[in-house]
Amino acid sequence: MILIDFFSWLGLPYEVSWTIGTAAMILALVVGLLLTCAFILLLDRKVWASVALRKGPNVVGPFGLLQSFADFIKFVAKEVIIPAGANKVIFALAPLISFVLAAIAWAVIPVAEGWVVSDINVGILYLFAISSLGVYGIIMGGWASNSKYPFLGSLRSAAQMVSYEVSIGFVLITVLLTAGTLNLSKIVEAQAQGWFLVSHLFPMAVVFFISALAETNRPPFDLPEAESELVAGYQVEYSSTWYLLFMVGEYLNIMLMCAMVTILFLGGWLPPLDIAPFNWVHGFFWFFIKLWAVFFLFAMTKAFVPRYRYDQLMRIGWKLFLPFSLVWVVLTAAYMLATQQPAAG
Amino acid sequence: MLMALAFYLFAAVLTVAAVMVIAARNPVHSVLFLILAFFNAAGLFVLLGAEFLAMTLVIVYVGAVAVLFLFVVMMLDIDFTELREGFLNYAPIGGLIGGVLLIELVLFLGGMMVAPASSAPRASPVREGVSNTQALGEVIYTQYIFVFQAAGMILLIAMIGAIVLTLRERTGVRRQNVAAQVGRTRAQAVENVDIKPGAGI
Repeated sequence: MILIDFFSWLGLPYEVSWTIGTAAMILALVVGLLLTCAFILLLDRKVWASVALRKGPNVVGPFGLLQSFADFIKFVAKEVIIPAGANKVIFALAPLISFVLAAIAWAVIPVAEGWVVSDINVGILYLFAISSLGVYGIIMGGWASNSKYPFLGSLRSAAQMVSYEVSIGFVLITVLLTAGTLNLSKIVEAQAQGWFLVSHLFPMAVVFFISALAETNRPPFDLPEAESELVAGYQVEYSSTWYLLFMVGEYLNIMLMCAMVTILFLGGWLPPLDIAPFNWVHGFFWFFIKLWAVFFLFAMTKAFVPRYRYDQLMRIGWKLFLPFSLVWVVLTAAYMLATQQPAAG
Repeated sequence: MLMALAFYLFAAVLTVAAVMVIAARNPVHSVLFLILAFFNAAGLFVLLGAEFLAMTLVIVYVGAVAVLFLFVVMMLDIDFTELREGFLNYAPIGGLIGGVLLIELVLFLGGMMVAPASSAPRASPVREGVSNTQALGEVIYTQYIFVFQAAGMILLIAMIGAIVLTLRERTGVRRQNVAAQVGRTRAQAVENVDIKPGAGI
């Protein structure tokens, strides 16, 4: 929005300034995302190492800050290996789909007031739709590899992601009932009086966090790539840049889930308290800090929670989260009906 | 201009993908083309200004139904040549159904072309300042709530029926009792035994 206004101010016609402004915004978003991804990967490894009383990456650059970039160069320089009997087209498409889907979901995330590529009014549905498509990259990769471990990994992952989407959907419904809108910017603005985390939605925040772990195949629900049974699950046959695309896509998805927790429950770009020292800081930094804080929780969970058994995973998804979130949807709806006038218009 | 371009892009890809669904030799490819077709249909919905329907199409059909299709098709052990043999037997019936659908489409579109005024009132325009999500919500959950509930009830019955049909009591299966597993204490689980050298437990 700001960029479009800037280019119109320069005297360009609206269509031209819209095109240039949006393209610049997308470029800035993608570069920012990939850079953040590099450091968030490092944070993940550092936290994991610290919990295990190790140092983690500490050789490349000061404190190992450049480790992710070294890894990137290494991945890109490797040779691509396509297994014999693999379905080549789908094998090549899978990592691309994985990465592109993870990236395009960010188009609707408002990182600060007005800082969003596309402020559509079904933003939350778009996010839900795109995040439910993430399973295709995995399932196609596993099938096309023509190998046992990837196939088993992708089957596990498909069942797991479909199961947890259901509870994520119900959590989203409670949030949008409370906010009264599907637009992500307006959901953030609805939290000006208080974050949804400290309201009747607190249990839903917990359910969402755990479901997000399962949805992104993070430990303790990383059964699709359980290294003790399936080597690396659906990624076994992938190498070099194609593997890198899978991995970056996975981390972009994790960041997306962190961003969703931030927007839905932690008030997005809003400062914690709307008083002097806090609201001097620009909203983008608050969003960024919250994103990293939520990711820290993801990383800690990975570090100290043992992996779940598959039947326990399914039990939590279908027998605990689904009924619980369904009941909470009804309770939230009743609460909203009792306390508020229906929104006009 | 741009809208027309997008429309032709979506429509062309949709048609090609739909043809490929039945033309592809490998059933997994068929399902993937089906997903592509759904996606482009969602694109057409967005062009029509029905963004809620577009998102619902992607969530329900691409995100859930097609995943299950893919899941099943991937695990099937299909002999592709055997599958092709029955093609000619079913071709007349398939052609008949296709013909009926074509005639219906021609009649429908012909009516719109010849007498646009007569079919105009059937489309209910969205009021000014109301997003189509809200407009749909008003129609489905306020105006036609009982019909909607009845549809939901029918689906529920179908679901229960499917579960009853496939549910069988299996004997000799050890069931997980989560409460018992969680409720186990150290005293029950661990026992310290003093073993004499050379003697077993």
